[in-house]
Order: sequence, then C-alpha cells, then structure tokens
Amino acid sequence: MIVVKYRKIWYSLSTILIAASLFAVFAYGFNISIDFKGGAITEARYDARPDKGLIESRIQNLDIGGFSVRPSGENNYIIRTKELSDEEKTKLLTALEASSIERQNTVGPTAGSELKGKAIKAIVVVVAMIVLFITFAFRKVSLPAGRQGGLPSSWKYGLSTVIALAHDVIIPTGIFVFLGHYLGIEIDLLFVTGLLAILGYSVHDTIVVFDRVRENLRLNQEHNTREDFETTVGRSVQQTFGRSINTSLTIFITLLALYFFGPAATEHFALLLILGIIIGTYSSIFVASPLLVTFYKLQKPVK
Amino acid sequence: MRKHVWVSIFLLVTFGALGWLFFVNQGTADLRPFRFGLDLVGGTELVFRADTSDITDRAEAMAVLKEVVERRVNIFGVSEPLVQTEHAGFASGLNDDRLIVELPGVSDTEEAKRLIGKTPMLEFLLVKPDAETVLNDNQETELALNDIFISVGLTGQYLSHARVEFNPTTGAPIIGIEFNALGKDLFAKITREHKGERLAIVLDGEMLSAPVIQDEIRDGNAQITGAFTGDEAKALARDLNYGALPVPITFSSSQTIGASLGDVSLAAGVRAGLIGFIALSLFLILWYRLPGLVSVAALCLYTILSLVIFKLIPVTLTAAGIAGFILSVGMAVDANILIFERAKEEKRKGKNDMEAFHEGFHRAWLSIRDSNISSIITAIILFWLGTSAVKGFALTLGIGVLVSMITAISVSRTFLFAIYDRS
Repeated sequence: MIVVKYRKIWYSLSTILIAASLFAVFAYGFNISIDFKGGAITEARYDARPDKGLIESRIQNLDIGGFSVRPSGENNYIIRTKELSDEEKTKLLTALEASSIERQNTVGPTAGSELKGKAIKAIVVVVAMIVLFITFAFRKVSLPAGRQGGLPSSWKYGLSTVIALAHDVIIPTGIFVFLGHYLGIEIDLLFVTGLLAILGYSVHDTIVVFDRVRENLRLNQEHNTREDFETTVGRSVQQTFGRSINTSLTIFITLLALYFFGPAATEHFALLLILGIIIGTYSSIFVASPLLVTFYKLQKPVK
Repeated sequence: MRKHVWVSIFLLVTFGALGWLFFVNQGTADLRPFRFGLDLVGGTELVFRADTSDITDRAEAMAVLKEVVERRVNIFGVSEPLVQTEHAGFASGLNDDRLIVELPGVSDTEEAKRLIGKTPMLEFLLVKPDAETVLNDNQETELALNDIFISVGLTGQYLSHARVEFNPTTGAPIIGIEFNALGKDLFAKITREHKGERLAIVLDGEMLSAPVIQDEIRDGNAQITGAFTGDEAKALARDLNYGALPVPITFSSSQTIGASLGDVSLAAGVRAGLIGFIALSLFLILWYRLPGLVSVAALCLYTILSLVIFKLIPVTLTAAGIAGFILSVGMAVDANILIFERAKEEKRKGKNDMEAFHEGFHRAWLSIRDSNISSIITAIILFWLGTSAVKGFALTLGIGVLVSMITAISVSRTFLFAIYDRS
C-alpha cells in the first residue's frame, strides 16, 4: 500500500507544512481582531438611518482593518473598529456623515485573557482525555502479540491520533496567519471555534481508520493468519478509503455552500473548516496510520 | 418481518408531526421559538458607569469588573452575553469608565439590571481617627465615605472564597472570608501597619462593622459580622463567591442593538444551510441510490429532532453553536456512509442485500461508537471548562452527536430493514 510504503514522503510533506506554519506564526504573528484586543467604539446618530451596507462600504474604503457596524436604538449605528489615530478618526467621522456623534471611546476586548487561559486549559484536558480513551478503547490491539510479535500497544494509537490532531490544528492556523499577513484576514472568536471543530473532526476521522486496523488485527488472530503489521495497516487504510473520501466530500459540499451562499461574516470561518476537513482527512490516512507502522518499527529491534 | 415497516411508518408520522408542530404550524411553533445569540439577531445593550475616581490602577479594576459582571450575567442563564469595558474622554481629558453589557434577544432587561446591580461591593476601609468627632459635628448632613474613612485599596476583588459560619458563643450567622494571595499580603500589611486602629467593613456603601485591629493577620482570613439572618448571610456569601465589584457601578442607559455579525447573517446562513443540505442529499442519493435516499430521510429526522431539542432546552444559537451543529451533521452523515460502505464490501463477498446491511451495521457500529464517544468527551470537557462561545459550540456538538448516534443506528436501520427485508 503506497500510503504506508512511501510514508517518508508524507512525513516530509507534513513536516514542511508544519514548519512553514510555525515559521509564519513566529515571523508574522497573529493578526488578531478587535474581539481580542479591543479598539474604538463610535456611535453615530442620524435623522434617518441610512442603509447599513452603504456605511459598511464607506468604512471598508478607509482601509482601517476589521470593523463591525450595528444598528442601535431608533436611529443610531454603533461602529467598532481598531484603535484609531487622530487622522483615521477624522476620516471615519467624515465617512459616516452622521447628524451627530454620540460617543467615540476606547473599548476593551470582548474576549479577554480569561478566554485564552480557559481555552488552553480545556484543550490540554481534551487531548489528555482522548489519549486515555483511545488507550482504553483499543486496549486489546496488542493482545495477539504472542503470535505476531510485539504489536504496538494501544497508547501508541492514542499518541498517533494526537500527533495527527496537532498537525490538523497547526497547518490551518499557519495558513490563516499567512493569509492574515497578506490579505488582512483576522483571527477572531469564530476562528477559535473553527479550530475546535477541526479538532473534533480530526479525532473522529482518525478513530474510524484505526478501528479498521483493530478489527483486522482481531480477524487475523481469529483466523490464525500471519500478516505483517505494515500490511495490516495498509489494508485497513485501503478498506476505509472510500468512506474517508465520501465523508469528507459530503462535509466539503456543505461547507462550500456555506462559503458561497452563507453570510459574508462567516466566509473565513467556512474557509477555515474546509481547510480543516481536507487536512484532517489527509492526516488520518497519510500521517496517523503510517505513524502506527513507524512506532511498530521503532520498537521492533527490542524483540 | 413486517415489524420494521410499521416502526418506519410510525417514525415518519411522529417526526412529521413533530416537525409540523415545532416549525410549520404558527400557533404551536411560536410557543417555543428558537433563541438566537447576539451575533445573529442582536439584543439589548446596557451601559453601566463605573466610579473609578478612587482607584489607582483603573485598567486592572475595570478588567476585574468585566470578569465579575460576566460571571454574574452567566449565572442567570443568559447565553453568550457580551461584556466590554469602555473608556471615554480621551478628547475631554475627563476619566469616564463604563461597562457595556449586551444581552441576546429580547431579554428581560429589568431583571438583568437588577441582578447586575445586586453584585455586592465590598470594601475594607480604615476609620479616620477623628471620625467620631466628624460624625458628631455633622449629624444633620449626609457624609461622603471619604469624610470618615481612608481607602487602603482592599476590596472584594481580592476575595477568594466566602462562606457562612456561626459565632461560637452567640450562634449568630457570620460570613467567613478568605483572601487570595494578593489580598492576603495586602491584608497582612494593613493589619501590621495599623494596629489599634479600626478597620471598617463596608458593603454596598453601608458599614457593617468596624472592629479594632488587634494584631497582624497573616493567614488571609477575616470575618464579617453584622445583623444578618441566616438566609441573608447565605445570600451574601453566595453573591460574594460569584464575585464582588472592585468599583461601584450605576446603571446609565439601555438601548436595542443589532446583530454583531450583521442582520442578514441569519437569513443567509439558513439559505446556505438549505443549499448545503440539498447538495449533500443529492450526493448521497446519486452515489448510494436507495440506501442514500434512506440516509437522507434519516438525516431529516435527525435535523428535526436536534432542532426540537434546541428549542426545548432552549439552546441559544450563535455562530459558534451552529458550527457545532454542522460538525455533528457531518458525523451523522459519516455514520451512514460507514454503514453503506461496509454493506457494499459484504455484498462484494456475495451476500444478499439484507445480510449485507445486517453485517454493515454490525461492523460499522464499533467505529461509530468509539468515534462518537471521543466527540462526546470533547464536548463535555469544552462545555465544562470553556468560556461562553466555546460552551455554545460544545453544547450543540454534544447534543448533535448523541442524537446522531440514535438516528444513524436505529432510524436508518429500521428504514433499510423495512425496505430490504422480504422474508
């Protein structure tokens, strides 16, 4: 099976992508949105409230980064932008053409440091629990060891899943940092949610492929078949290939609809999920499964 | 067996009726409306003015204020409120700190105002040595806190925990409080430097007691005595545990506010969802034919059941929540695809349709179970440890995965067996 046989190629590809992503994160940094860093709030009063799209396109033309325009009360608009310089402030006020400006103040972040700390803590616990769960659910995979010699124990399945998970979260993040640097796409609260969805999908997808490995190992034992671990993994990947492609295709189709027909506000979110689905499906087949074989080979000399 | 046919008819009729009751028939559907978050439909904006005139570290106090009020709003069940600090006056030079609290939908703003206003403000103030003379001289006039007390910077923001205790001799309820690490040091410093003076405990601008400092207190424990009833003491301890205000706030204004993702987002999102669902259905039907059609029917039931649950709980739907739901739909589709692919494999081995589907369900079950359990574990942890947007995502994902396990296994299975079982 080419997937397992040429694993060094896939590893290299993934390593390059991860390295490039990490490089992007450290070199460019996150282009974080006003959700996380706060900015300025401007409330404009109108005698007759103009169309929201009009206001939005005018602010868009000022080129002052991410912003939000929300109707407030009877005739007002509340505009949130990044922190503005005096010049930008004047430009904004001119563009608004309001009857009067109710307030123009600075605001703090809506998602504060609490979110960051809590999200990181939650993800660490999630990763730990996933390793524990897989170690438990796959606890029988190394049982036929007597016959076949030193099969990888179940925690290695957990470890492979988590490596694939990191892969699936790091690469889309890197791509977004890249896009942030060149196209001004910002990292906002929705981005964090999107990463969580990718995390969920990645683990789900990997477990389905591993389940087939587990089943084939059991069947081999029952039928007294001797088979290389490498061949078993390759065969399992092959057998789940159709399912992997079809599942990701259906989700891909749905997300494409969200991207093209959905609200403008969730365009980047849909893009992030599309990247996550592609990379998550790739990693279950081309990273997580070959890793099992690599772990197996690493332990083999000890036999 | 005719059983599967009857159960299928029953399922279709029941879910058809559920769908009609909850989404089509105006009279009953409106009884349980969807709840949407601030990002999709907007809500009400409440502005509170914070008095930071006595505070040296304004930014820090405002950050604490934001956290406390956020916690406070969350406990009365508003999903994903927005709490933001606002600082005015970089033009006028006047310091004016405000707190913006946005609540989704048409919430009961009076109730929200009341509950936020009830957040306790606890201060520890040194009593000025001449306080008694000042009080005696000004019996007729209203005195400001500054006239009798000196601020030492120790407030409820340094509290780590409060609990109800009872005075061992009188049996009267008292509140035992414990400071956090910073508060402990501050409290020790104050009690060391002001031995013999009185330290007043002031709650919401009213002095509860002013014991004389006997000795330095290093362990960060203190007691609040006052004329509480047992219930009052309990309520106060609970409120203090949810957080005490670092600075006093007063309500300033409220107004309606539009959706943060834009007012057209919801409509566009629904449209995209429908297009996506139709495209996905076409794919499943074209690829898997009759079983594909069955899975589309099962997905419809799945969607109805999930949305009914969202209405019943009710779950506040935000962009994050909808992301969780989309992911769970993906997993529901995956369950069906797993079963069908497995059945195809069995068919290639020469089994007939019925046997192949039997085997397909049987074999696919383990991977559906384990992958879904991992998703449920993820959802539970994110719900438990996450902040509001993360919680919204976790809740819909968790519900969605649970429902999908039921529909993928039992509903698809019943339909397929009803069609293929000709024995």
